[in-house]
Amino acid sequence: MSLTARHLEANGLPTVILGSARDIVEHCGVPRFVFSDFPLGNSAGLPWDPTMQRQIVELGLELLESARQPRTTVQAPFVWTGDPDWRASFSRVDDSNREQLRRMGAKRREQRDRDRAEGRVRDE
Amino acid sequence: MSHASLKEPADPTPGATHTRFVRYIDRTREYYEAQGFERPYRWAAHEEAPFTPLSRPLSESVVALITTANEPSPPGWKEGDRRPLRRVHSFPWSDPPRLYTDDLSWHKLVTHTDDLDSYLPIHRLRELAEEGRIGSVAARVHGVPTEYSHRRTMERDAPEILRRCREDGADVALLVPL
Repeated sequence: MSLTARHLEANGLPTVILGSARDIVEHCGVPRFVFSDFPLGNSAGLPWDPTMQRQIVELGLELLESARQPRTTVQAPFVWTGDPDWRASFSRVDDSNREQLRRMGAKRREQRDRDRAEGRVRDE
Repeated sequence: MSHASLKEPADPTPGATHTRFVRYIDRTREYYEAQGFERPYRWAAHEEAPFTPLSRPLSESVVALITTANEPSPPGWKEGDRRPLRRVHSFPWSDPPRLYTDDLSWHKLVTHTDDLDSYLPIHRLRELAEEGRIGSVAARVHGVPTEYSHRRTMERDAPEILRRCREDGADVALLVPL
């Protein structure tokens, strides 16, 4: 998505990203970015909370108007108060799932090889 | 019920010993290493970023909305069936379909995508248009697939999104990745 924003912007269309993966977006380097420190999946605001969703969209609009240079990030002033372990539990790797992940990887490689053989995936 | 608020949760051990926000680049690398993938993914990284100032006030602008969510399942599709390859897709904001998000890497243990406006704020944007904060919402919402290959995004998908935004007369774009 960040690459798409860069392409639009470079071709004369101003952009703003609403997102939650701060490092990924900022490493790519985008013109304007509203960061919400939430679990991935709800970067436009919490489900069933139209007031917050609206405030986050408004932050995006304000950033379109106020940014004077690229790589301008604004952090939304909201704190996730659901599962307090959400940061650690995303794609967690520990002794409880190491073997399961290893098997999952082997299965994915088999599937990928089948997809390639059937022409469903283009090589890089 | 909302799970977030403006109030900080009580923290019995204030201060930080580690970066507070999730380092997804590191986390993803470790997760795929654990699955036996030897070559780490190379995320896009640039020193410079482009910048285009607004050409007119937002109150006179057509705003395009762009998502990473995928097309709805084709008719007759059943759980367990293979899905078609991801591609750029578009739909009218006035009649959004049920988008497919299960194949994207969001935090499925702690949240959900049952409320469209939590990841694609179509109705919020429409309200802002009705109030005159923006000129209008572009007639179509566009979906851009999250691709492993930077080249496919840069050479195939991003130019197609640009073409469709221009066709819709968009002046600015709001991009919301999952």
